[in-house]
Amino acid sequence: MSSEAKRGTPLGLRISAIAGLLFLHLPLALIVLYAFTTEERSFQFPPPGYTTKWFEIAWSHRPDIWPPLYLSLKVAAIATFLALIFGTLAAAALSRARFFGRETISLLFILPIALPGIITGISLRSAFDIMGIDFSIWTIVLGHATFCIVVVYNNAIARFRRLSGGLIEASMDLGANGFETFRYVILPQIGTALLAGGMLAFALSFDEVIVTTFTAGQQSTLPIWMLSELIRPRQRPVTNVVAVFVIVVTLLPILAAYYLTREGEHTGGSSK
Amino acid sequence: MKIGPLLRWLAMSPAVRFVNCCRRFGSVRAVDGVTLDIAEGEFFAMLGPSGSGKTTCLRLIAGFEQPDEGHIEIFGETAEGVPPYKRNVNTVFQDYALFPHMTVGENVAYGLMIKGVPRVEREAKAKAALAMVKLAGFEGRHPAQLSGGQRQRVALARALVNGPKVLLLDEPLGALDLKLREKMQEELKALQKQLGITFVFVTHDQGEALSMADRVAIFNEGKIVQVGSPEDIYNRPQSRFVADFVGSSNVLSPAFASGHGCTAKWTSLRPEKIRVVAAGTAVPSGHCHADGEIKMISYQGAVTRLSVQAGDRRIAAEVPAGDGNFKEEDSVRLIWPKSAMVTMEDGA
Amino acid sequence: MSQAVTAEHAVTTEGGGGILDRISDLFFTRPKLLTFLLLLPPLLWIGVVYVGSLFALLLQSFYSLDDYSGLIVREFTLSTYAQLLETANLQIILRTVLMAALVTLACAVIAFPIAYYAARYARGWTKALFYLAVMMPLWSSYLVKIYAWKLILAKEGILTWLAKSLHLHWLIEGLLAVPIIGGPSLSFSYIGTFLVFVYVWIPYMILPIQAALERVPVNYLEASADLGAEPRQTFWTVIFPLALPGIIAGSIFTFSLTLGDYIVPTIVGNSRLMIGQAVSTLQGTAGNIPLAAAFTVVPMAIMGVYLWMAKRMGAFDVL
Repeated sequence: MSSEAKRGTPLGLRISAIAGLLFLHLPLALIVLYAFTTEERSFQFPPPGYTTKWFEIAWSHRPDIWPPLYLSLKVAAIATFLALIFGTLAAAALSRARFFGRETISLLFILPIALPGIITGISLRSAFDIMGIDFSIWTIVLGHATFCIVVVYNNAIARFRRLSGGLIEASMDLGANGFETFRYVILPQIGTALLAGGMLAFALSFDEVIVTTFTAGQQSTLPIWMLSELIRPRQRPVTNVVAVFVIVVTLLPILAAYYLTREGEHTGGSSK
Repeated sequence: MKIGPLLRWLAMSPAVRFVNCCRRFGSVRAVDGVTLDIAEGEFFAMLGPSGSGKTTCLRLIAGFEQPDEGHIEIFGETAEGVPPYKRNVNTVFQDYALFPHMTVGENVAYGLMIKGVPRVEREAKAKAALAMVKLAGFEGRHPAQLSGGQRQRVALARALVNGPKVLLLDEPLGALDLKLREKMQEELKALQKQLGITFVFVTHDQGEALSMADRVAIFNEGKIVQVGSPEDIYNRPQSRFVADFVGSSNVLSPAFASGHGCTAKWTSLRPEKIRVVAAGTAVPSGHCHADGEIKMISYQGAVTRLSVQAGDRRIAAEVPAGDGNFKEEDSVRLIWPKSAMVTMEDGA
Repeated sequence: MSQAVTAEHAVTTEGGGGILDRISDLFFTRPKLLTFLLLLPPLLWIGVVYVGSLFALLLQSFYSLDDYSGLIVREFTLSTYAQLLETANLQIILRTVLMAALVTLACAVIAFPIAYYAARYARGWTKALFYLAVMMPLWSSYLVKIYAWKLILAKEGILTWLAKSLHLHWLIEGLLAVPIIGGPSLSFSYIGTFLVFVYVWIPYMILPIQAALERVPVNYLEASADLGAEPRQTFWTVIFPLALPGIIAGSIFTFSLTLGDYIVPTIVGNSRLMIGQAVSTLQGTAGNIPLAAAFTVVPMAIMGVYLWMAKRMGAFDVL
């Protein structure tokens, strides 16, 4: 084919590429490592000894972990739920219809993740102040749901655009009204995209810290708890244990979402 | 006997009636004042080039488009304003539009499921429908596993199992190769005869329309330019457009026509009606003739096409292959029956 | 199958089917109504909650904080913006902008080989693997990643241990001794902040560059070689300019994210503030939302200009 392929990959390039990738993944591996260290006051390397006691301690002897954990789960669940509804509605409307101002509205739906979290955070804070709204779980949910809607919207609209309009016509031709068509034809087609978007939204909400610190007031979600532990650490390995937990809870849904949306491309839509 | 059907039979309302229908897309008139009756039990073809409005007319019957002006009736009942899921009309789509997440059996049974037919009954009906299109046993497969021809049959079964009063087919054979297409043409025709329901199909392939249909409507630029049986359309084209679009024809000027004993109007003369003989051969009575030189010979398998310069015009003649020994530059005489010259009312 | 199964009516005119049917009919004859109703709730949310908050932010930046009462004075004034021009605040702004620029540069340099490899050489499953390998750190917990670097950069952590083992400890000591950017340990210095920023934002730089490079048709390169260019020349005259929009797109992310971030410098950095930290502390216990708002407008304005320039250079085509 091309002369590049014939010469093979230049060694220097290959090395720097792989080194770069390792650089990306090593820190996370270290986090897991440090969850087993016996040294609790510093980040000594190599760890002086290994133990699994911190997992037990985190589970039973740190009551300060559980309320933030519950709050994070609750917020993530509510935000994802709202995002699925609003995001799908928006994707359905914007994927097909042509109307005045559509481009601007599409842009509007990218803003919450395009602009840095601090802007979202301080904007909401300003609004709460002006309107005299007190902090509560709902102020947190408001912030999270906003970017979760965008995440679901992106996943849904990509799938909606691939949906062949002919399928909808065929369904109506065979006697199904709009609602029946949605239930039997459209929903199965977009189902995996919605699932992927929902899981992504959940993971992002669970991990979110920047906007949350502005909208939580005195409340703590798990990331906020971790942040305060990082600034004023108590038992460092316990923080690592929680960090491992967070890695798993955020990484797994995202991987699953990735596989769901990949698969869709291979099994194909309605094309011949 | 029920009063409704009796009255309808007495009134002999057509299966589909268009009355001066118009449909615009922006400034484009896709369908421009179409008036048409399609009789019950007919195999009706809508023929025309791309963008001529034939597909839009089909969609007007199905209900995916609503007319901007005019009136549509299906078996005497007003159809405009009625959504497609309320019409007992089913469509076989050009790209088949099979639901990829359902099996073939579920696809075919879809319409029945929506109507609320119990599972056992609708599965049985789907089986029967698939057997009718010669796909027995395919219920468990998925559309992605089928070939183009098989998908088309599934689409057909899916439409027919609902017992529609009119079946619409949108360029159904376009994606199939030649052999398969010819086979399907025969099968569709046989199926229609067997079922006795009205078939309306859209095509841009004039050979297909002529071979399958009972009657053909030729569309051009949103209007119907001629309606008639295939034989009618072919032998008596009313306009230059039809003469050119359906088969190929020599279009002769009014002057030429009157010079050969016909009315002074644009006239159509089919190439295969012309005999090519040696110069100077006697002309039988009731025949016309013209002399000229062969300018081009085109071998087409079953026939040979000759382009002859006669005076200041080119005339195309088609002769069976192996009929005479022609070379370019030969002087020949063209002989044709006077009746083969068809006066076209609409010269355009 | 005989004709006996043909439907009774051509058109179903009975009103059967109930309310859902009627609603469906309505939407069919008026598709624009359906679009409107679908769009209304999400649009209201984003419009009211999000855009509304942005306006609230802007509004707050024109208010001011009364120093004596500690309450916000809701009258239009430019005095809060004037406060930005005080030396301390200006330093914060400049400091942050400089950091953002350096981080962007470093990201571009490090990301390019990775993206280049992924775009040009990886095929089939290796390509998918690469994509996954880049996405995973991107999607793994932001806070955990920063924490991981705190671990690494700690005085007693792995980096120092590595340096000692390789007898390069003097290098680290030397870096830390450099004024301004140095500090007591790597995790309490600008160098540390810089490293963490680079680490966290690199995937944002890799992906657009990879996308841009994948768009370069192979036959461009062949044509270039065919016309006599050496590989190095081909790189600088053909590949790099075509990759530039991707680099710029990536730089939008790295620059804007650095400008607004406060978590990284809080965890890994010295006590001198960056914009994000200023905003965070101001709106917290100090309750000085107007000044926090004014500070936030600065990165927004900077990014506005940056985006405008990037659009003119065609970066948006790669996104």
